[in-house]
Amino acid sequence: MREVAILGIGQTKFGELWDRSFREIGIEAGFAALQEAKLSSKDISALYLGNMASGSFIEQEHIAPLILDYAGLAGHHLPAIRVEAGGASGAVALHQAYLAVASGAHDYVVVGGAEKMTDVPEDVQTDIANASADQEWETVFGATLPSLWALIARRHMHDHGTRREDFARFPVLAHEMGSKNPLAHFRNKVSLDQVLEGSPVAQPLGVMDCAPASDGASALVLGPLEKAREHTDTPIRICASQVACDTLALQHRKDITTVEATRLAAQVAFRHAKRTPADVQVAEIHDAYSISALLALEDLGFCPKGGVGKALAEGTVGPPGARLAINSSGGLKAQGQPFGAVGVAQVAEVVRQLRGEAKERQVAGAQVGLTHNLGGTGATSVVHLLERAT
Amino acid sequence: MTVARFWRETPRRYNLGGNRCSACSTVYFPPRAVCPTCQTHRQSLGKMEPFTLSGDGEVYSFSVVHEGAEGFEMQVPYVLALIKTPEGPLLTGQVVDITPADVHIGMRVHAAFRKLREDGRAGVIHYGYKFAPSRESGASEPTASPASQEALARAAARTART
Repeated sequence: MREVAILGIGQTKFGELWDRSFREIGIEAGFAALQEAKLSSKDISALYLGNMASGSFIEQEHIAPLILDYAGLAGHHLPAIRVEAGGASGAVALHQAYLAVASGAHDYVVVGGAEKMTDVPEDVQTDIANASADQEWETVFGATLPSLWALIARRHMHDHGTRREDFARFPVLAHEMGSKNPLAHFRNKVSLDQVLEGSPVAQPLGVMDCAPASDGASALVLGPLEKAREHTDTPIRICASQVACDTLALQHRKDITTVEATRLAAQVAFRHAKRTPADVQVAEIHDAYSISALLALEDLGFCPKGGVGKALAEGTVGPPGARLAINSSGGLKAQGQPFGAVGVAQVAEVVRQLRGEAKERQVAGAQVGLTHNLGGTGATSVVHLLERAT
Repeated sequence: MTVARFWRETPRRYNLGGNRCSACSTVYFPPRAVCPTCQTHRQSLGKMEPFTLSGDGEVYSFSVVHEGAEGFEMQVPYVLALIKTPEGPLLTGQVVDITPADVHIGMRVHAAFRKLREDGRAGVIHYGYKFAPSRESGASEPTASPASQEALARAAARTART
């Protein structure tokens, strides 16, 4: 296996992009990434596209060749492969692309993530999102994704003494960072009281605990590390790419207060990279729900079980300036949540941080970064570790 | 959800029919083709035996849902819970016949046969399990409404025919 580097990134604005189609946003992100990598379309040998539910959102399947076609590449007859893993589709697409380059099967590949969610009404968006839970044994009995995460939250409060305020801090932090990100869906700041007093969705979670439905696309260009300097002065090395899975339904887990897939993916990723959580300065974690961010910090090894509230209150984890800066992009909550694009956009933000290009969101001296992307209630979890190539 | 898709699961959703691994005795709901607990899956292939849950359980975690799932919009706010059964499996379902504010972790419940949702005004009505407080937990006796008793009788008759 050879070393793999990220040579270029691209990203559209996230939000309600009513004037833009799926294919438009898909190719915009891809071209931006190619341009950064000083590559033209003909240098690419494969496209991996993360997308959760285009068939439900825009009644269009078979989208990987569609994007390839509108990028002007149909004539090259490259393999274009769609990857689906619920909310983790983007990061799993990156994982597949990483393996392809690492194995030597391909030299330069584009990883895209795209979702067009606002072409259907809000209630339909919610039903489509719920389809990443178990339709036969969860949603048929009235479960929704936020209610399943609420079950996790309630049990976490019961078992580990977690307080409502502990996870209500995540949306506050997300919006603070979103206000500094021109690509973010939400640019407004919110207070802790606004989160606590938000209209209830599935108690203890309220509307401000839940990330929005967004349109958006993000892309990366990967290539072999040994050729990276031909393309960029600041190649970012992928030091670990790990996917782990678990039962689809929450009811089959041994302990619902831990996402075992995250714990295992992180453990193996750190071992492969010969790093520990203490080496990481910047992380993008999956805050589809405030409580999912809390579990992520524990399961990734950044905080002890039940210790997240204390870490946030003391500022050891928080915005740039904290020992561990989380979700400088605004996270899923404020930057937005176009399902298939999320896992790719998280990596794009960590690349900006490691290059030192994150402007007013910059984490000073960031050397090692982590991304964490989840599907459903944690049936798929993906962890990537990235660092500046020396 | 189409008629066939819901109908084929009725033995599980109406009567809590799960199964048990004859090698390690672990109980599963819904039933599984192979036992995930056994060290080698192959030893459980073809050796899973039917096992019906008692319907007893206690609330393991719960949420008061205000934005309902598809088909549940008219029931909000409703209590969604994970129920820990004495046989082992956790089940996802609603807790009914109680004020949402009175639900708590550890509360003893029993499965009740109820209407889950309907596919619009003219569509199929889905029935299955919900959970009501057990008698010994101090609440009033969980009795099925006349409408659901009638549905239960019809379902039993249908099951007998097929």
